[in-house]
Amino acid sequence: MQHEFKQSIDKALHNANLTGALGKFSEAYKVNRAKAYEGIDFEELRGRIASVKSYAASHLEQLSDLFQQNAEARGAKVFRTSDPAKVREYILKVAQDNGVKTIVKSKSMATEEIHLNPYLEAAGIEVGETDLGEWIIQLAGQTPSHMVMPAIHLTKEEVSDLFSKELDERLSSDIPRLVKVARDQLRPRFLRADMGISGANIAVAETGSIVLVTNEGNARLVTSLPKIHVALVGIEKLVEKFADIAPILKALPRSATAQLLTSYVSIVTGQTPNSDGSKKELHIILMDNHRSEMAADPMFKEAMQCIRCASCLNVCPIFRLVGGHVFGKVYTGGIGTILTAWYDELQSSEYIQGLCIQCGACKDVCPAKIDIPGLILEIRRRLVKDQGVPLLQKSIYSVVNNRRLFHGILRAASIAGKPFATGKFIRHLPLFLADLTDGRSLPAIAAKPFRDVFKTIEQPKGLKETAIFYAGCLIDFAYPEMGVALVKVLNKAGIAVKFPEGQTCCGAPARYNGAYEVAAQNAADNITALLDEPATYVVSACPTCTVALNHEFITTFESLGQSERLPRARELAAKTIDFSTLVKRLVDEGRLTLKEGQQLGKITYHDSCHLKRTLHAERQPRELLQSMGYELTEMFECDTCCGMGGSYSLKLPEISAPILQRKLKNIKETGAPLVAMDCPGCVMQIRGGMDQDGATVRVQHTVELIAAQLAE
Amino acid sequence: MYEQFKTRAEGVSAEVHRFPTQAAALDFIIGFLRDEGVANAPDRRAVWAGCPFLAGIDRQQLAGIDGLHLEVSRERAAEARVGISQMDWALADTGTLAQDATAIDKRLVSTLPFIHIALVATAALVPDMPTWLTKVQPKDSGYISLITGPSRTADIERVLTIGVHGPSRLIILFVDALGGTN
Repeated sequence: MQHEFKQSIDKALHNANLTGALGKFSEAYKVNRAKAYEGIDFEELRGRIASVKSYAASHLEQLSDLFQQNAEARGAKVFRTSDPAKVREYILKVAQDNGVKTIVKSKSMATEEIHLNPYLEAAGIEVGETDLGEWIIQLAGQTPSHMVMPAIHLTKEEVSDLFSKELDERLSSDIPRLVKVARDQLRPRFLRADMGISGANIAVAETGSIVLVTNEGNARLVTSLPKIHVALVGIEKLVEKFADIAPILKALPRSATAQLLTSYVSIVTGQTPNSDGSKKELHIILMDNHRSEMAADPMFKEAMQCIRCASCLNVCPIFRLVGGHVFGKVYTGGIGTILTAWYDELQSSEYIQGLCIQCGACKDVCPAKIDIPGLILEIRRRLVKDQGVPLLQKSIYSVVNNRRLFHGILRAASIAGKPFATGKFIRHLPLFLADLTDGRSLPAIAAKPFRDVFKTIEQPKGLKETAIFYAGCLIDFAYPEMGVALVKVLNKAGIAVKFPEGQTCCGAPARYNGAYEVAAQNAADNITALLDEPATYVVSACPTCTVALNHEFITTFESLGQSERLPRARELAAKTIDFSTLVKRLVDEGRLTLKEGQQLGKITYHDSCHLKRTLHAERQPRELLQSMGYELTEMFECDTCCGMGGSYSLKLPEISAPILQRKLKNIKETGAPLVAMDCPGCVMQIRGGMDQDGATVRVQHTVELIAAQLAE
Repeated sequence: MYEQFKTRAEGVSAEVHRFPTQAAALDFIIGFLRDEGVANAPDRRAVWAGCPFLAGIDRQQLAGIDGLHLEVSRERAAEARVGISQMDWALADTGTLAQDATAIDKRLVSTLPFIHIALVATAALVPDMPTWLTKVQPKDSGYISLITGPSRTADIERVLTIGVHGPSRLIILFVDALGGTN
């Protein structure tokens, strides 16, 4: 299975059509989405959606009852079940009771979820998808690769081949012509269909209405022309009030396709007249299929807020490389990973959850305010809880946690690799480790770790304030010079720096791999070490470590129910600050003066994921660099992940590498000879990439650039 | 609100016109049907769903248009080049038309033909969706339609293409002096 999974990634990465189409789309999407949301308070809007949907998730039974009562009062037949098999049987029975031979469908992910088409077809019924994208993949015998754009992975040439085969006539690949073919082919089917099957984007309990959002107009035909309409509705689509549809209809088109509103929105309430004067038979199926279990889970209840806009796919740096099919057959991308773990089973997400690099881009744009990366991490934790940590990984953690031993081993490996090392990099690693240096050189391990260098630093005497420095693995073992620079800067501001030897790994590697017990021990050890001496600040120059110290120690303890450890974790969190935010504050308070107004030349800045999206410190480093005299030129997609993701780049190097290549290209295109960032992990990734690329762009941590510009 | 509506609707490829009276709008429609070559032949017909606008004009003027049907059937709508109906509201901030489309003929004429001409009273403009939602009641309307521009898709290579299953042209005619209930 793991082999198959890796193969599917490999296949996707080598599909130039796929990566080309998705790459282009994702670039345009960001711009268009921002334009569609102009003048709208996104935080307020998503707050309202989250509250409407969260209320519904806590009252599923009550709202289902209310919906049923109101829809039935208007002549609809409502069938409620938790079992996908019962849904299939019910629809088949309605079809057979009415002598249905032909069915037309508008797009419905819920019917994909229960694999309805093959079931009905096996019973001898002709089932036709009518959404253009769905029809294309039906002809191709494939499954949707994207919730909103099911056929985004296919080129117009491939579509033309599929249509040519269907019509038995050679067609050109002219897109308007292909669309016309689809209209002409599907129109007679609409007119002769005995039954229409739709999904629903929203189901309103107080009115018994279903709301359908489409662009092509096929849902209007599916719900108008056939005499029977069956709507399959997942119960997560319920809202209480009719007015609740307003915020959803405001966000869904903007987030899904960057439209202010789709061409058509249809609100169907009960039976409507057919063209022969009879009343339409309307069946609405409210399907549970593990949704109420999800709603009952205190952490995953949040995922019930999803409005299926797929914006988490559109901004995902991984999705745009591998597309949807790697994720499985139904729901894809970030939210798809979560839905698969519930609607299918936890086990089904075992491999796909590993695709998430935890950059947080999706969380930023989610109109339903779902912490998608957080929930994927929780899936990881539960998988590890069920299966345990693999033995090899366990032994790695025990080494990582022993700082002296860890440095010794890294250093030994680095020296053993000497024939391969040139200057500050290990360019090639032997055998199975070769992937790790594919497109990126790893840093050579420093002869003397920062913890030993620190003892040789002479700090001025009599400084009034104290900061504890938390170095993290990379600064301690690979980049001690960053630590030296930090001490120099803080000393200049009148702050003495202390380095408690008891500090250990921040636990991020363990946590991001679901090994929460290991992460909790790391947290406890660090809290003891870092709170041992009085200090105003605990400062780190690694955003991932900073986030661990001021957010994740707490959430790790909470997840494990270790509430007795929380007060000290909160005490540490309150003191913890990232380097650039602290320095900006010191400069603003007049305690630190940097050389100003120099001509330092062009620079570009890379936003590290944790710094921008968790610590929200994108402004501080930029203002510091500009005030010193750097001329800032922003790169395209400055806040898109560099592909490092901690151990991600070790586990999925084939995905990490192309993400890095894109980052390098964006940096180089600014023409700046220097790129700054605030994360030693990003420095390792990007500096290594530039080295293998042969580019002359210098890659620096902000701390070093600032240390070089302290006013006398 | 009209100007905002027009900008938004044109932004999604709708055509927007405004007339002071029903007579002026009717002149436009008659000229349009003639220019489009509407005739009593498959794919050349026009269908017009019953509405207050129709009640307020001299229908004699329509008698001479061969191929225009005021009795809408599914077959005629499927063969029509032009469909005409009256909408109940216009939402300015998205350029959206809204209609109680419970009567099937209203949906047939706005869905099946290549061109949809939508009549709407200028007084039916509302600023946005939340305002509109206070004016409609699903319990009174079994099928409510919102229409924003013509039918569209971007399902092949993300290239925007107008006119898939619904009309490829949406022509919106605001009429200042237009009353009655649709």
